[in-house]
This record gives sequence, structure tokens and C-alpha cells, in this order.
Amino acid sequence: MENYQDLPLDLFEKAEVNLDEKEHIAKPSLTAFQDGWIRLKKNKAAVVSLFILILIFLFAVFGPIFSSYDYAKTDYHHTFQLPSREHIFGTDQFGRDQFARIWYGTRISLLIAFAAACLDIFVGVTYGAVSALAGGKVDAVMQRIIEILVGIPSLIIIILLMMVMPAGIGTIIIAMSITGWVNMARLVRAQILKLKSQEFVLAARILGTNSRKIILKHLIPNTMGVIVINTMFTIPSAIFTEAFLSFIGIGLSEPRASLGVLINNGYQVLHNFPHLLIYPAIVIVLIMVCFSILGDGLRDALDPRMRK
Amino acid sequence: MGKILQVENLHVEIKTELGRIQAVRGVSFDLDKKETVAIVGESGSGKTITVKSVMQLLPSTGSITEGSVRLEGKELTTLSEKEMLKIRGSDISMIFQDPMTSLNPTMTIGNQIIEVLKNHRKDLSRDEMKRRAIEIIDLVGISNPETRFKQYPHQLSGGMRQRIIIAIALACDPKVLIADEPTTALDVTIQAQILDLMKELQEKINTSIIIITHNLGVVANIADRVYVMYGGKIVENGSVEDIFYHPQHPYTKGLLAAVPKLHEKTDKLFTILGTPPDLTDPPKGCPFAARCSYTLKVCRQYPPSFTPFGNHHESACWLHDPRAKRMINEVRNAG
Amino acid sequence: MPDKQPLVSVNNLKKYFNVGKNLTLKAVDDVTFDIYPGETLGLVGESGCGKSTLGRTLIRLYHATDGEIWYDGMNLTKDLTSRESFQFTRRAQMIFQDPYASLNQRMKVMDIIAEGIDAHHLAADKKEREEMVVELLQTVGLQREHANRYPHEFSGGQRQRIGIARALAVNPDFVIADEPISALDVSIQAQIVNLLQDLQEKRGLTYLFIAHDLSMIKHISDRVGVMYLGSLVELTTADELFTNSLHPYTQALLSAIPLADPNLEKSRKRIVLQGSLPSPINLGSGCRFASRCPQMMEICKEVSPELIEVSPAHFVACHLADR
Repeated sequence: MENYQDLPLDLFEKAEVNLDEKEHIAKPSLTAFQDGWIRLKKNKAAVVSLFILILIFLFAVFGPIFSSYDYAKTDYHHTFQLPSREHIFGTDQFGRDQFARIWYGTRISLLIAFAAACLDIFVGVTYGAVSALAGGKVDAVMQRIIEILVGIPSLIIIILLMMVMPAGIGTIIIAMSITGWVNMARLVRAQILKLKSQEFVLAARILGTNSRKIILKHLIPNTMGVIVINTMFTIPSAIFTEAFLSFIGIGLSEPRASLGVLINNGYQVLHNFPHLLIYPAIVIVLIMVCFSILGDGLRDALDPRMRK
Repeated sequence: MGKILQVENLHVEIKTELGRIQAVRGVSFDLDKKETVAIVGESGSGKTITVKSVMQLLPSTGSITEGSVRLEGKELTTLSEKEMLKIRGSDISMIFQDPMTSLNPTMTIGNQIIEVLKNHRKDLSRDEMKRRAIEIIDLVGISNPETRFKQYPHQLSGGMRQRIIIAIALACDPKVLIADEPTTALDVTIQAQILDLMKELQEKINTSIIIITHNLGVVANIADRVYVMYGGKIVENGSVEDIFYHPQHPYTKGLLAAVPKLHEKTDKLFTILGTPPDLTDPPKGCPFAARCSYTLKVCRQYPPSFTPFGNHHESACWLHDPRAKRMINEVRNAG
Repeated sequence: MPDKQPLVSVNNLKKYFNVGKNLTLKAVDDVTFDIYPGETLGLVGESGCGKSTLGRTLIRLYHATDGEIWYDGMNLTKDLTSRESFQFTRRAQMIFQDPYASLNQRMKVMDIIAEGIDAHHLAADKKEREEMVVELLQTVGLQREHANRYPHEFSGGQRQRIGIARALAVNPDFVIADEPISALDVSIQAQIVNLLQDLQEKRGLTYLFIAHDLSMIKHISDRVGVMYLGSLVELTTADELFTNSLHPYTQALLSAIPLADPNLEKSRKRIVLQGSLPSPINLGSGCRFASRCPQMMEICKEVSPELIEVSPAHFVACHLADR
């Protein structure tokens, strides 16, 4: 214990009190997303994942530019080359530069994934929101439709569609989105149902706020977290589905490349030239793992329950 | 001395993303045999963290940085988790605020009591345990204990669940029962039943009780002694009569004046302005200085030490210092 | 206050919920009372007694099953035109229980408080809107700079004041406060209660104050209604209720409140109610309190007592008082 006997007497005078100070908030003002960003930054794995994803994304966009080779240009004098200074990742059975093909393939895979995710968001959010807001019989019918869709294995629908429609990027995107939005619709519906009975929405109704504003200002912003997080999990699963379709031979066709096409090619010569499989495989694994870790990180960062 | 529990100079820190919360900052208290002590404070004052550190039940982000907790002279802070397991439930038990989440919904009431007995009373046979469990259900005032034994928590009302939780806590005749807001989630008429039950059981099995609450009525009803906590520190403690009839600390006085009296007509309630301090960056001096009506310059810079008022009644406030004469007069004039 | 015209008049109001096949939850069953302008009517009861449902039915969040609610000569239970309902939102407002759930955490305080101003186009331009919000903030003891912050940065008491400012923005006459203090700490409760009283004096507000804390109800209310399982069992002035309660449930409730006075606590006698609240689903005929009533009679099991005026301004629904 310190000795307080020698404290100067003037300390025992009345202190100046500023009444406003009692309501003062010391912390800097943060929006919910800024707050989430601060939390995300503390999650090292998520930040590393984000960094890797940005890197992969940049390579996918600009990678082919740095390479002096075209992804589709064959060179029958230099087939099956091992990685070298000429061809960083080697060449394939037609002598095409693997470096250029991998980043072109990544670009296509990401494009398909993002497009599928956007369609998911558009259809899923609309469907879920309408279902939750309409309620009653409309909601019941819409939910039964979802249950039927969930009941049919999605892979079968996708494969059937791919056989009927002309091959191409658009077909893959549409085929995957036909069932992909169901999850999003369910999550959005659950979230909006929960929000609808929250006191701040009741308050808005009592204040005479119209439905359009209630949806735009109260319901949608508070559903953003759920949408963002779910998208983070949709993207890798779309990439994986595309790779799977290409791998079984009903996806994209040569000379176009996606990660799935590349893996399929590499797999056929796995014994002699494993590098043709390993590099695209590494890229796809990185994308999948990083999106999952980032998705988890975002969920922790944006979850309001964690916030005091 | 017959002190059953002694806590000295306890400091607890909790790590969060927003920084380290110094939730408990030098708390000392003790508990006599068969005594009921209440710890009163607002949310965030550190009262729950204090008793959780007694039980060694802090969240993984929390740690005791200083101080000691002794149960009948035995230091608890240095015990391993395994040794603590033996003490928890048999020597010290705890009941929590929410009767809905404290019971396992997939287990019968009887099995939940037997589970506790199994851990601590290995000498009993299965049949004896069952008999003992039914006995305890009966003890907490639930009719048809045999039927209740086989029922699941969702078949019971909130008040009845809280009785079962008390039954589980008391299954091994603990020396100390810690009750964290045991009646807050309950309705007034049920609250009265539970308080009566706790008093009755204390008589029967000679346990000591620490009750945490923010409800001053509950304190007046059940406590022998009271510790008032604010901003991670104890600001005043004394017998329940001293605290209610002769409060010394401005916070205690404010708290009592903020509660409307049923039998008196008050025009306006007394209010304590402002909000409790942020314990990630706790005030250097008295924790209450920012909200006190009689703040001195010294209050902001140095933490006050306890001034005794006789009969184990003490209060930590600079106003008790004779040097604060001028302010003391002002307080007196203000009534 | 019987010579005044009531502001709100509730006649035989019923609100039932279907909770399954042939199961009806009678949350509010045949409730009748008046609220006079400028007064505070307190409504107490334990959880599940229907007091919050009653409040929400009054403010038209729920559609009444049967009965009438008159507000200043307007029948709220008949189908209002959308214009009439919109106008009603300026006259009656609500303050909620949970200071965390009642504010949209994605909106700034400025926009939260301005919600009613925007909905009713009360401000001519952005500047006027801002001035109105700042004035409201100051009315509830907050400051200009708080307007640009988000709700999660505030303490529970401060949030509750933001909720009050939001309700006041449309200048209502009638405010329903649904357990506005039960989620707050003791020292903060007093802040909010005093604020509500100040506002009443300054703006001539009429309150329906719903709570389960009897001592706070007594402090703030002019008259108090006690609810049990969906019905109003006693209604009288606050003083009369606490000195001369007639219904056995009110008496038990009063004797159960723990008082902040140790000597009194140790000496007084409690009326201990046996058992707990029965399920409100598919109740039989007879008095709802009969199963727990210490003074139950044969008639109580058969006939549900009516709410009658036993002495001026003292209403009780109990066969004991009906002599």
C-alpha cells in the first residue's frame, strides 16, 4: 500500500465536473463492417487466406499477360517438358505452356464460380425474402418447392442439363445455379423471419415506416452478414463442382482450360509427368482451403452475437 | 476463526479483442460458517467473475493474475483442474441464473442428480444413490419425488427447474453454495418461494451461501452481510443492517436511493448519472469518481483505502478522510 | 378522473392465438379498462400473463380477436383505411424492453431517431432533420456528437434513451412502455423512470407502463391494473392498490416483492402461492386463479368472476369481493 498521508491538502477540494463527460463515449466511432474488419484482421489464418486469394486472383487476371505463350498455342517440338526457365510449369502433351494454361484455367474457374455465386445471391435472396415476407400459404408452397428440389440429387440434375444443353461456360453456370440457390434461400428466409419479430422492426412499423423501407433499411442490411458468409462457401463448392464435371468429361472442352480440365489432362499422364497434375491441383486446393478459412473468419468477425 | 472461505486481493483479467478487461481489481472477502453473504453490483462490476474465479470456472480467456482463494485454509488457485473437479460439486457448488439452460434437456432429473453423486460419493451403491436423489428432490419441496425422478426438464416449470438445480447443487452437502442471480429469471411469487427454500435448506444442511444479485430486495431478504462492488472493486461492506440503514459510500447510498420504496411516497427517484467505467482502461483513482456527486480532486488520482466504521463495516471513499472536511460539510447540508 | 373523457377505451378485448389443432392460447381474454389523458396506467403481472400482448394489440401490432379499442373517438379494432392507420402511428408510440434488439445496429443513431421524421415527412430538408434529431437527443440527455455513432457503442441505458427519442420524434400523445426498465441496472432504471416522468410533465404524455416490478409500477403509475393469465383481476389507483388490495392474487403479489429493508423483510409475513402458473392453453371455465388461490370457494371453479366496481374507481374480479 502506498502512503497517502502526505497528499497535498488541495487535492481534497471539489473536482471540476463536466456533466457532459458522464455520457462521453471514448471509443472511436466504428461501423459494423469496420468493426468486423478489425476482428478479421486479428484472425491470422483468415488474413493469410485473403492474401493468397488476392494473389491467385491477380495471377488469374494478369498471369497470362506476363507469359509470352498463348494458352491454346500448340508446339509439337516441345511436348511434355519439365518445368524450366522457358516454361516455368512445363508443357503438356501438345506442347502448350502450362503456366499460361493454369492461370487461364484459374480465370475460367473463378469466373464460373463468381457467376454462379451471383446467380445464387440473386435468386436465393429474392426467393428467401419473398417467402419470409409473404408468409402464410405462399411461404408454405415456396418451402415445399425447395424441399422437392433438395430431394433430387443436384448432381443428377446438373449432369442431365449438361447433356441437353450445348457445352460451354454459360451452360455450366446455369446448371449449377439451378439447385445452388436453395441453401441461400433457406438461410435468408430464416434470417428475415427472425428479424421480422425483432423489436427494431416492430418499432419501424409502429412509426409508420412503409414496407419497402423496412425491407431496404432494416431487413436487407441485417441479412448481409449471412449472405456474405454463405457466398464464401458457395464459391469454392462451385469451383469444385466445375472441376468435377470437367474431370468426368462433361465440362469444358479443349482447347479451353479450367482447373478441372487441367487436372483431367494431368491425371492421364500422372505416372510419367506428375507436374502436370500437381500444379493445377495445388491451385485448386489453395482456393478451396483459403475460401473456407476466410468464410469461417468472416462468420466470427461479422456475427453480432460476438459483439458486446 | 471459523472462516470457511477467504479471498484475498484477487485480480482477474479477461482477454478480449478490444483489450484486456481488468474485471476484478483487488477484491477481498470472507465467508463464515452458515453465513449468507451477498455481493451486490451492476452488470460489469465484476461480481460474477469474482465467484467464477473462486470456483476456478473462468472462461479460457480469463486468468487470475494475483491473489488467493482459500477454502478452509486450502489454496484453490494453485490446484490442478483434476483436483478442482473433486472440490466443485462436493465442497463448493454453484447455481446459475437461467433455469432453462442449466439442466441437460436429454437426461431425466433423477439421472442428473445421480451423475453428481457418482462423481463425489463413490461409496454409495446405485440403489442408495437413487434413494438419495429422491430424498433431495423431496427436500427442495417438490411433491411426488418418485414421479419427478423419471421426468425430463421440459416437463417442469421454471420455478421447479430452479428447485432441481438447487437440489443438484446441494446433492453432496457442500460447505459453500454460490448462487449467481438465482431468482432473476423468475417471477416475483416464484422468487419468494426460492428464497424461502434457500434459507430453509441452509438451516438443514449448514451450508454457507454467497449470493450474487443486483436486486436489493433479495439482499435484504436473505443476506447476513453485504459486499458492494463497483468497477471491479469492493467499495463498501458490512452487515446487512449497516449497509441498508447506515450506508457510508456514495455509491451504496445512491443505489439505495434509486430504488422506489413501496411504503413511502417519493416524487423523484435519486439517479446516478452516467455509466459504469470501461474496465479495459480502468480509472486510476476511485472507480466511482466519474459518476459521484461529491468528487474530489484526489478521487481521480488515488484509489481510496477502506475506512472502518466499527463492527466489520468499512467503506472505501476519500470523503471519510478528515482532510475532506469542506466536502463532508457540504454532504451533510445536502442531507 | 372519471369526469374526463378517456383517451383509450378498451372494451372486452380478446386476443387468441391458435397454437395447434383445436388449441387456443387465450393471451388476452375479455379485458376492459380506460386510460385517461395525462395519466400513467401501470400494468403488472408475471411472465405469460398477457400484458405485453395487450400492449401490442393496443398499438395494432396484433389484430384483436374480439372486442373494441377506442382511441380518442376512433375505433381501432375495425379495419382502418391505410391513411387512418398511418395517422395513428403519429399519435401512439411504443418503447421496448430490450435495448439491444430494439435498435437496428446497422443504422446510425441519427437515422434511427429520424425514422419517424422520415416516415411522416416532418422535416423540410436535411438540416432541419438534423436539428430535430439533435434536439431529441438533448431531450433525453444525450448530445449532438452521439448522432453519428452506431448503437453498439452505447450502454444499455443510453440505448433505451435513444429508443425513447425515436418514439418522441413523431410527437405522440400516448406512449406504451413495454417493460422499458427490466433489462437495465438499478442505477440506470431510475434514470429512465425519471426521464419518462419529466417527459410526461413537459409534453403531457399519457402512458401505459407495462412492468413486472411492482415497486417501480407504484412509483410511476397513477392507476394500476393487475393481470393474471390473460385477464385483468384488479384495477385501481396506485395508493389504493398498495394499501387496500382486494384480489387474493394482488395480495400475494404484493407480499412477495422483496423490499430493500432488512428488518421489514425479516418480520413480515408472506402469502406463499402454491404451485406455478398453469398453462394458458385451453383453460376451462371458472376463475383462472382458482387453482392457486388460498381462499378458493366452490363457485370459483365454476363461474369466472366479472370485473366490478366495488368502491369508486376500484375494480376487482373476484367472488370474494362480490357480495
